[in-house]
Amino acid sequence: MKRVFPILAVPTAALLGYALYEALVAAPTEQTMGNVQRIFYYHVPSAWTAFILFFVNFFASIAYLIWRNTKADIVALVTAEVGVVFCSVVLVTGPIWARPVWGIWWTWDLRLTLTLVLWLIYVSYLVLRKFSSSGQTPLLAAVLAVFGALDVPLVYFSIWFFRTQHPQPVIGGGGSIDPRMLHVLLINWLAFSCFAALVCWSRYRLEILRREFDETMALEALLEPRTSHTNSSRSAG
Amino acid sequence: MSYLYAAYIATWVIHFGYLGSLLRRYRRLKNEIEDFKVRIEEKR
Amino acid sequence: MSTVAGLTRATLSKDLRLEWRSKDAINSMLFFSLLVVVIFSFSFDPTAEESRHIAGGLVWVAFLFAAVVALNQTWARELRNQVLDAYRVSPAPPNALFLAKVIGNFIFVTVLQALMTPLFIMFYNLRALGPAYQLPIVAALGTWALVVNGTFFAAMSIRTRSREIMLPLLLFPISIPALLAMVEATSSILTGDFSAKFWIVLLAAYDVVFTIASLFLFGFVLQAE
Repeated sequence: MKRVFPILAVPTAALLGYALYEALVAAPTEQTMGNVQRIFYYHVPSAWTAFILFFVNFFASIAYLIWRNTKADIVALVTAEVGVVFCSVVLVTGPIWARPVWGIWWTWDLRLTLTLVLWLIYVSYLVLRKFSSSGQTPLLAAVLAVFGALDVPLVYFSIWFFRTQHPQPVIGGGGSIDPRMLHVLLINWLAFSCFAALVCWSRYRLEILRREFDETMALEALLEPRTSHTNSSRSAG
Repeated sequence: MSYLYAAYIATWVIHFGYLGSLLRRYRRLKNEIEDFKVRIEEKR
Repeated sequence: MSTVAGLTRATLSKDLRLEWRSKDAINSMLFFSLLVVVIFSFSFDPTAEESRHIAGGLVWVAFLFAAVVALNQTWARELRNQVLDAYRVSPAPPNALFLAKVIGNFIFVTVLQALMTPLFIMFYNLRALGPAYQLPIVAALGTWALVVNGTFFAAMSIRTRSREIMLPLLLFPISIPALLAMVEATSSILTGDFSAKFWIVLLAAYDVVFTIASLFLFGFVLQAE
């Protein structure tokens, strides 16, 4: 792990740095909102990355339910954690963007509200993982993940219709996007995707190490009484 | 303008916060492994 | 008695009979619901015009609290008497047990609502400006949505630490679309400003999706215990 990490980390950091430059300097300034609009280049890719991670979580959970594969369970755990981190970024950058543009901190913007609900669902998923006794955690967590995933389209439609009845400001603007801006957006998305992959991989390795160690400890505790028994019988005989 | 920097800084605070927690967990695990190795050696 | 329907009916009637005899669960829940209505009425004291707009939300939050109290004790009796272990080894379909529990909870919560609603109407001087016949439909669909997921998550919470807080913690986020639909539908009907049709359809869709999911996945949860 010690050698591979820097090899992957350096190009990722470089890509992120380049993406940052593009976002802050190279991208054209937006007409109506000015420089604040550049938050867009961090806000949107974080949202896309979070959604992708949760998508992977859904499939990993189903894989676990069908095949009881431990690796699938770890992938589910990892993508949920990193997904929550990226969701948090979206939920923090959203209001920071909304405040100077609309004068309010929160708006029931479709993407922002959807992200909030996803954040809530996956935080509850992580709490379940933490609070349930280790034997059944993977199974219960996988079931909850399936429920959460089934909920997503329902959440989307409910917010969408709520907004048609109670019109709200849209963060990030609808409609077409300037091709130069799209270019910068995609670069940032690529950079953050690589970053997310790196973080997931690190978390995955950590979890594998933790589980191997726990197993070793458990085995050692099992074998422990037997060794002292043989010692005593040897001394007696 | 300050809002722009606040957003970017907040993003990295969150990411580094998480990475920091990963590092802390890794170090704690390494310590536990070392302690375990010492215990096994002492038994021999 | 090994068919799902027969087993469901047997379990349900047993539960109802036990509750009717002891009445401890329903009495405490009744009183709790009454307290909730009174406290809400103290906290939010609007004019009749305004109350129509917020009553939808208030009423459903109150119902939600009452439902959580009911749901938390769903599996208590089974836990005390190790019934779940027996179920796990028997060839009986686990769905029957689950369905019985859901229907039982549905009846409980509906009774609570039937008692709380007149109080709310009184305290808030409520009168529906829209089609009032839709209100029982919304109530039934909404209650089923809360109760089907609530019973399922109550089963999942059984062997977790902090069982009582785990249930609402898991239930609330997943219920958000249903809660939004319930509140908006009720408000629409009370104010008469919008049609509640979309929300009713959404609630029905929610109920179908999660009833099927719960029935499908309950076996896993029972195994996990």
